[in-house]
Amino acid sequence: MAEQTDLVTHAASNGTHAASNGQRIPTVIADDVHIIYRVYKGGSPGSNSPVAAFKRILTRTQAPTVREVHAVKGVSFTAYRGEAIGLIGTNGSGKSTLLRAIAGLLPATRGQVFTLGQPSLLGVNAALLNDLSGERNVALGCLAMGMTPTQVRRLTPEIVEFSGINERGDFSSLPMRTYSSGMAARLRFSIAAAKKHDVLLIDEALATGDARFRRRSEERVRQLRAEAGTVFLVSHAIGTIRETCERSIWLESGVIRADGPTADVVKEYEQFANRK
Amino acid sequence: MADTAVADPDAALSPAQLAARHGLGVAGSRPSLAAYSRTLWSYRHFIAAYANARLVASFSAARLGQLWQVLTPLTNAAVYYLIFGVVMNASDRVPNFIAYLCTGLFIFNFTQTAVLQGTQSITSNLGLIRALHFPRACLPISVTLTQFQHLVASMVVLVGIVLVTGEPLTLQWLLVVPALVLQSVFNIGLTLAMARLGSKISDLKQLMPFIARTWMYASGVLYSVALFDEHLPPLLAELMRFNPLLVYIELVRDALLASAPLASPSGQLWLLGIGWALLVGFGGYVYFWLGEKEYGRG
Repeated sequence: MAEQTDLVTHAASNGTHAASNGQRIPTVIADDVHIIYRVYKGGSPGSNSPVAAFKRILTRTQAPTVREVHAVKGVSFTAYRGEAIGLIGTNGSGKSTLLRAIAGLLPATRGQVFTLGQPSLLGVNAALLNDLSGERNVALGCLAMGMTPTQVRRLTPEIVEFSGINERGDFSSLPMRTYSSGMAARLRFSIAAAKKHDVLLIDEALATGDARFRRRSEERVRQLRAEAGTVFLVSHAIGTIRETCERSIWLESGVIRADGPTADVVKEYEQFANRK
Repeated sequence: MADTAVADPDAALSPAQLAARHGLGVAGSRPSLAAYSRTLWSYRHFIAAYANARLVASFSAARLGQLWQVLTPLTNAAVYYLIFGVVMNASDRVPNFIAYLCTGLFIFNFTQTAVLQGTQSITSNLGLIRALHFPRACLPISVTLTQFQHLVASMVVLVGIVLVTGEPLTLQWLLVVPALVLQSVFNIGLTLAMARLGSKISDLKQLMPFIARTWMYASGVLYSVALFDEHLPPLLAELMRFNPLLVYIELVRDALLASAPLASPSGQLWLLGIGWALLVGFGGYVYFWLGEKEYGRG
């Protein structure tokens, strides 16, 4: 009895219909999402000359240097609370772009993404200031994630400790440009992993650092998974997907090729990848 | 759990209806102006830390470090004094030309650098924007804040120059504070507006230095403002008085220097200064907010 009331208040506090018991609660809905990048580079030779530019202004045509890249083409799916979903596909198939759209960081050109709460993208490419010390970067990263200064002060030693950058001496007070690429990636992951998330999007985050750090970060991701409602994981390591996700979506050239239980989707994907 | 529910009542719904039924919001949608301002306020620590970090980072590779904060305005003043004060002899027309020149230069520099860096504040931080959630207005605002810290260092230099050149220390000096506050509000608005423009028009980055230079010549930084009335048609000379930067420079000159030539009486200067700050400050903020959804796209 007590357990049941607890469940109901929990669901109600998340802004969902507590009455619909036993029903699956959607956390992310993608409705025919298209994403088109505009790239201002790589025009054919000659198209960038002053004469060509002047001609374009006179004839009012689009510059040929502006190229459109259709990265995601009409993706629709619904993710539910408690699911861990693996996103697989070859390089450039639009996986990372789709994650950014779910996170609301990259607006969809057509279609819409609906989310419950604010999804967080746990990437390894959050740009920080290379001229600053590791410790200051930790503080800055945490503030940018919306923490208060007190929380930041409390968490900073933990984050530095977790990243393990101080294992070879006091590196946390040195500028980040002196770090090896592995150390910098570890620090960035540790900063991003310091926060709790509703919907968690992980982009190749497990591929950073040495074997020891990878074990530690996998452990941390499991913790975050337990706390988060829904997890999306992009990885090329099929083993990781098999271990952590029960459902998988296979994306190829921006189109969903398969969506279902991981075992089936992965089998299909591996057949496709081996055929090439 | 009970995944095997009998009949899923959600099955017949369209994605948008399903989202509405369970209270899901559109990812990356623009918040209302009030909600946006509240979020921005909760990110004030990030803005301050980011501004401070950029200030420290900009000098970290130089051996003299933060000393450059004072050395840069001094060197600038020396170069311009050599050319305009000594070679071109503009100093005949203005009493205490070096203080007059430095005031104009430092005040103008505050706006110029903030706007130049603000234009690129979205495009040069795309990595950060695509990785983390925060109100994007944090970036241009922190640019202005960094430049404000540079300005404070310049003002220390300026006070030194003004006192050494024999200006009296009066109570009127306190008017510098409200004048700089007004200019800062103006700068924040302008930097926000330029950040949105710069994120859409990539050619603006190449164009801005020329616009900034033209603006500098039109703001009476390097020569006496009396030249406007002497050499321009009356209508144009009248229009020049509305130039916001000329207004802010004259406000500070009026406060610090006993006998600087002014283009407008000080009452009119204050009114214009307040008007520009409110108009550009609020207008720029709203304009930037309207584009909040687009900034990740690049």
